[in-house]
Amino acid sequence: MLDKKIRLALIGLGKMGISHLSIAGANPHVEIVGVCDTSKMVLTFLEKQTPFSVYDDYKKMIDEAKPQAVILSVPTKYHAGMIEGLLDKNIHVFAEKPLTLDAATSQKLAEKAEVLGLINQVGYHNHFIGTFLEMKRLLQKNILGDVYHFTAEAYGPVVTKAKDSTWRSKQEEGGGCLYDYASHVIDLVNFSLSEIVGVSGVELKKIFSKEVEDAVYGTLHLKSGISGILSVNWSDPTYRKMSTKLTVFGKNGKIIADATELKMNLNEPIKGGSYDRGWTTISVGTIQEPVGFYLRGEEYTAQLDYFISSIQNGIRSSQHNFRQGAKTDHAIALIRKAIH
Amino acid sequence: MDRILFGDNQFFGVNHASDEKSREQLIKFKSNDSIIKILDLAKIAGVNTFMCTTHDRIANICEHIRKHPADYTSYKIYPCMPYAHKYANAVTELGIMGALKAYMPGNIFSTALKGGMAYLSDDHEKMMELLVDAEMKMFHGIETPVIFLQNVVTDLLLGLKAYGLLAAFHSYIKKKYNAEAGFITMNLPLLSNVLVNLGIKHPIICTSINKEGFRMSGGKCAYEKILAEKKNRVIAMQIFGGGFISPKEAVDYVVSLEGVESILFGASSAGNIQQTISWINKE
Repeated sequence: MLDKKIRLALIGLGKMGISHLSIAGANPHVEIVGVCDTSKMVLTFLEKQTPFSVYDDYKKMIDEAKPQAVILSVPTKYHAGMIEGLLDKNIHVFAEKPLTLDAATSQKLAEKAEVLGLINQVGYHNHFIGTFLEMKRLLQKNILGDVYHFTAEAYGPVVTKAKDSTWRSKQEEGGGCLYDYASHVIDLVNFSLSEIVGVSGVELKKIFSKEVEDAVYGTLHLKSGISGILSVNWSDPTYRKMSTKLTVFGKNGKIIADATELKMNLNEPIKGGSYDRGWTTISVGTIQEPVGFYLRGEEYTAQLDYFISSIQNGIRSSQHNFRQGAKTDHAIALIRKAIH
Repeated sequence: MDRILFGDNQFFGVNHASDEKSREQLIKFKSNDSIIKILDLAKIAGVNTFMCTTHDRIANICEHIRKHPADYTSYKIYPCMPYAHKYANAVTELGIMGALKAYMPGNIFSTALKGGMAYLSDDHEKMMELLVDAEMKMFHGIETPVIFLQNVVTDLLLGLKAYGLLAAFHSYIKKKYNAEAGFITMNLPLLSNVLVNLGIKHPIICTSINKEGFRMSGGKCAYEKILAEKKNRVIAMQIFGGGFISPKEAVDYVVSLEGVESILFGASSAGNIQQTISWINKE
C-alpha cells in the first residue's frame, strides 16, 4: 500500500455522513480536505468543535479543496447530478444507498465511472458483515444443493407513530421504507443469491406515514430461476434497531443469516467441507475481520477501508460498485412498477 | 470502584452474539420486577454497583430503589448516557434538528426558542449540559459516583476529533454532579492517548477486553500495553468476547490483567451470576 494519504471530502453530514466523517477521520490513510452540508447548525458544530474545513457549497469545496475522492451522503434525489459532476472532475465516489432514484441513470453512472477508470462504491454495508459474507461463500460452494426458496426480511422501529414530515417521508426525494430498509435487503439478495429480474404479489403498505410506505411485501424472481419472499417493515417497535435476515432453503438444508449469527442445517455434509450434518451456529464475532477504528459496527469501517484501499491500489470492485447499486435500483423500479 | 459491576444489556435485548437471543431476553425481562429480581440476586452475591444505560425503563428501577432505601443502603448506579438508539431512530426519521426538538427537555427548548435556536445550537457545551441533565433526571436521590458517556458518542467525537467536548463532559460531571466522568469506548488505544493529551489524569475508561481480541480496535497487544502502563482506571466489558472461548477461560484472562480495575458483566440467571462472580473472586 502506498504511504500517500488519500485526499477525501464529504458531502452531506446527516446521520450517515457524520458517521462516515468520524470513521474517515480516524483512518490513518486519509486526509480530510473538506466537509460540506447545508445545515448551518451542523456546519457551526464542525467549525467550532473539529479541525475540518467546512463548506456550504460543494462545488466551491471541490474547486478549492481538490479532493481525490468524495463520500456522498445527501438525500437520494441529489445523487444523480452530483455524482455526474464529481465523475466529470475525475473524482472517486463512494455514494450512500440507494445509488439514484432511476435505474437507467444508475446504469449510466456505472458505465461512466468505469470508462473513466474511477473507483465507485455504494454504501451497502451488509456486504462487509462476516455472517453474510460466509453465507455467500457457502452458497457459492453449493453447500445447500439445489436452492428452491428464500425469505429476505428486515424489521425495525423507524416510524412507529405519525409525526412531522422530512425528506424521508417524501417518495420523490427518496423517502419511504422501499428506498431505505428494503433497498438493503434487495441488495443482499442481489449480492448473495442472484440478480432480481422480476417481482410479483407486491404490497406497499402505509402504517403510520401519510405519503410513503412503511412496509414492503412481495415475491422476488431471480435470474437463477428461483423465487423467494421479501418482507420488510420499518414500523415494528418490537425491534430495538434494524434487523436484517436472509434464509435460504435448499434440497440439502437451510442457512439462516443475520448480522449477528449464521445458522445452518445440513442433511448431508459436503465433500471436503468443514461443516457437519445437522445444525451449525457461527457467531459473527468469530469470523468478522477486526478493524482499526470501531464506531457503529465493523462493517461501516470495513466498507470505507475498502474504498480507500481500492483507490490506493487501483483495484476496481465488482461486488460493491455502482453497477451492483444499479441492479438494486432496477429491482426497486420493478417493485414500484408492479403496484401501478 | 468495586471490582465487579453488574451490567444491563441482558435486560434490554442487547446481545452482540445473537439477535434471536436478544428478543428472547426482551420477553423474559418484560416486567420491572423481573429485572429487580436479578439485580437483587447479584446484590446478594455481593455486587453493589449497577452500570446501566439511560433507557426509559431504568426510571422504574430507580423508583423502586428510592422506595426501598433500607434494601439498597450502599447501592450505586453508574449511568451510561445517552441511550443511543432512542436518538438514532429519531434522527433517521426526523433529522438532526427534529431529534433535538423531540428530546430537549420541554421547558428548556421553549426557552431556547424565545432566545432563538441559534443561541443554543451554537453553544455546544451548553447543549451537552442540557442533554446530560435531561438524562440524569431519573437518578435523583440515588448515588451515581461515576457517570459514563456511551461508546457511540465517545467514539463519534473521537473520530471527529471533537476532543473539546470530551473534556467538557469530564469537567461538567465533576462540577454539577460531584462525580467522576467515565468514557466507554471500542477504541482504547486512541482514546487513552487523546485523554492524556487533554490533561485528564487517570480517566475511567470502560472498554472491550477479552481473550479473543473481539472489538479491541487497534489490536489486543496495544490494549495489553496500555493496561500495563496503568495510566487509566480501566473497566473491562465484553469479557466473553465473540463467544468462542469458554466462560471460565474468558474470566481467567481478564482477571489476570493487572491494569484492569473493575470487571463489568451481565447475566440473566442466578447460576450464571454466582458462577461468574466466584471465578472473578478466586483470582
